[in-house]
Amino acid sequence: MRRARIVALMLACGLLGIFAPTAQAQTDEPPPLTLPSDDEVNAIARNMYCPVCENVPLDVCPTLACQQWRDQIREKLSEGWNEEQIHDYFVVQYGDRVLAAPPRRGLNWLIYTMPWVLIALGGIMLGRLFRRLRATAVPAAAARPVEPPLAADDYVARIEEELKRRDRG
Amino acid sequence: MIANLGYGALVLTLLVSLYGIGAALYGELRRQPKWVDSARNAMLLTFPLLTLSAVSIIFLLVTNRFEVDYVQSVTSRSMPTYLRITALWGGQPGSLVFWTWLMALFTSAVTLRDWRRDREFLPWVVVVSLVTLAFFLILIIGFENPFQRYWATPSGAVITAMFQPQGTTLYTPPDGRGLNPLLRHPGMIIHPPMLYLGFVSLTIPFAFAIAALITGRTDDRWIRLTRRWTLWAWVFLSLGLILGGRWAYDVLGWGGYWGWDPVEVAALLPWLTATPFLHSVMIQEKRGMFKHWNMLLIILTYEVMIWATFLTRSGVLSSVHAFAQSAIGPLFFGFIIFTTVVSLWLLIRRWEDLKSEGELTSLLSREALFLINNLLFIAILVVCIWGVFFPIFTEASGFIGRLFPGLAHIFTGQKVTVGPIFYERATGPLWAALLFLMGIAPLSAWRASTARTLGRAVWKPALASLLALVLVIVLAGVRDWVALLAVWLCLFVAFVTLWEFGRAGVARARAHGQNLLAALWQLAGRNRRRYGGYIIHLGVVLMAVGIIGIELFQTETQASLRLGDSLTLGRYAIRYDSLAEFDTNDNRNVARAVVTVFKDGHPVGELYPRRDFFYESGQPMTIPGVRSSIEDDFYVLLIDWQPISTQNATFKVYHNPLVNWLWFGAAIFLLGTFVAAWPEAEPGEARQRRPVPRAAVRV
Repeated sequence: MRRARIVALMLACGLLGIFAPTAQAQTDEPPPLTLPSDDEVNAIARNMYCPVCENVPLDVCPTLACQQWRDQIREKLSEGWNEEQIHDYFVVQYGDRVLAAPPRRGLNWLIYTMPWVLIALGGIMLGRLFRRLRATAVPAAAARPVEPPLAADDYVARIEEELKRRDRG
Repeated sequence: MIANLGYGALVLTLLVSLYGIGAALYGELRRQPKWVDSARNAMLLTFPLLTLSAVSIIFLLVTNRFEVDYVQSVTSRSMPTYLRITALWGGQPGSLVFWTWLMALFTSAVTLRDWRRDREFLPWVVVVSLVTLAFFLILIIGFENPFQRYWATPSGAVITAMFQPQGTTLYTPPDGRGLNPLLRHPGMIIHPPMLYLGFVSLTIPFAFAIAALITGRTDDRWIRLTRRWTLWAWVFLSLGLILGGRWAYDVLGWGGYWGWDPVEVAALLPWLTATPFLHSVMIQEKRGMFKHWNMLLIILTYEVMIWATFLTRSGVLSSVHAFAQSAIGPLFFGFIIFTTVVSLWLLIRRWEDLKSEGELTSLLSREALFLINNLLFIAILVVCIWGVFFPIFTEASGFIGRLFPGLAHIFTGQKVTVGPIFYERATGPLWAALLFLMGIAPLSAWRASTARTLGRAVWKPALASLLALVLVIVLAGVRDWVALLAVWLCLFVAFVTLWEFGRAGVARARAHGQNLLAALWQLAGRNRRRYGGYIIHLGVVLMAVGIIGIELFQTETQASLRLGDSLTLGRYAIRYDSLAEFDTNDNRNVARAVVTVFKDGHPVGELYPRRDFFYESGQPMTIPGVRSSIEDDFYVLLIDWQPISTQNATFKVYHNPLVNWLWFGAAIFLLGTFVAAWPEAEPGEARQRRPVPRAAVRV
């Protein structure tokens, strides 16, 4: 048991050692820039997809067409446009599919609500099942002799029982 | 000649499969075992026939037979031989042949087992396997024939056909288009076969389940017979997904390993049903419960496997119109409907025979927690299926807007993109809940577990994990509550698993007077499934740590640099030293930069990010330069450059903390699956093999 504790602590320490430099990396901030930087362009492009390069985010797509889109974003940023305006500009030209997530309107609400509705329904059904089982299990359990729980590992349980007996003896 | 041979073998395999189905049905219904044996032999024959067909394609690929459409589309003269061989699964027709070849391999292997104890299953296992095989063969022969050749008409037009149309001559293009550059990576060479292996081997438990439903032998025999097949299928699926992730990380050049691309999600779907099935069958074996649920899960797994193949093969993901125009789409759809209806009908017929032998008596018992685990997996499956199908749904529903103009603003018919944001937000809490269950379920007892007994078992590892979390907060300064919750879950599962190992190991060591390591080794050997499962849990924890690192702590920056300039990200910096552009023998133009990497101001090495341009396909590929350590990855991409002077180049750099824990955890995960899946003799067989006691010999 003592050894198990030591192993557990070693794992925790291992994790800590790895996290220490990570946290430090978070605190360094890039210097402020006056012109739209690549990072500012990418922050907007990250949530966009061009209709041709399916499933490749705009900020990392290496094609010439996507490079031109990023240049357009830079141009709009330098004109003072914000992210929403830039997104709207591309949506008007190429449709909703340029956005990484469907805009929250019309039919698109279903994508956000349906999974939760289904999961909630599943949860309610599970809850009812458990309630029903509890209701039937309690009288049934009272009616029959007490059964010991099945140990997680019968072999280990047997060894531990024997050890306890030996210790008592 | 070779093309005709390969095609002939395909047609013959289809005929043999159809004969096998007929013979098995006739033999079973007329109680004539010789027909069933004949069907079994037919199933065995499919493997050599499909081997002949696959070898024919490989021969055509290796010998540059560009008159064959498939060869021309996936190879070129400049490709090395090993890539020409792997081009077998580089395009749709070849990959479907490869799929059927693996299918024949697995079904033949299962056919070779000793059937004496389970004779009644045999004809139905043959029928289900051969129906699946025949369906894919029809797809290949009718619509995705890899042996079609080019023919030149007198007018100069080039057409494709299997056999020579009248008045045409064979046309051989001078060179091929070459394999998609993205597929020329070791990860991508192994990734598809692993996924296919996983997919096809899932057919075996399904076939046995259907056999059990038809024959009425609805005890857990079918589960015991297929347990190892399911586990190996799961190993292959997991390996395929992990290799796919590694490939994306190395080749796609976006600093990540999983982009929730619809094809990726489709490949994940069978894993999301196979994993709960693996857990759930334990309850049926141990307590005789959840028999309906297990049948439903394996039916769902098979259907989802066919769906996943359908999604990636029918063109439906790129556009609903592509689906309508492709003959493969409706065929797949019909097959899925047919197999689902038949399976569910059989299940309903046997509903009464599959009643549970036990009952759920405690909400905290092992079986109840396994049930919740199953439902969480199914919830993730629902989210993923909804995410994949939603764009198709919005596009297809446009007709409502056209029929009822008043509703046109709702049913716009516009295709949308469902990107990572949706999946991460919707599945994140579900994955976290699964991790939590992974922590408490191993400590709960079967049948009757109460809050008190569970609390007694859990409190020590839970306390240890909380203390470790405090250290993380104090020493590492992590404050983000999502990160802290995720780290605590990982610590909790790790401590519980190690606690379970340690407790059992110490008990055995004391009882047998062994050292702890020897005790642990023998303990794992005695119950491979249980302790293999624990090793898998540890692997999952390590993978989760890697995922937390890259998902929550990844940083990035991008800038254009002049020669000698530096770009800083956190503790790291790069200095742009040089860039060279050159052509290679395999028809690539390579732009390769040299950057020096600094950590805390000290040089720690050079990296060579590059951009390859493939002339044949006109496709660029971004290969990162990566400095890897157990602590993190520093990942550098060459984004752009001045072509001639090379004075300026644009770099994008990522700092990916802990990402290598993901790959390390994956290795542990696979080790665990090997431990769990390693063959053990069946109890009956073990008894037979036990040596005769000495006393008996003396007598």
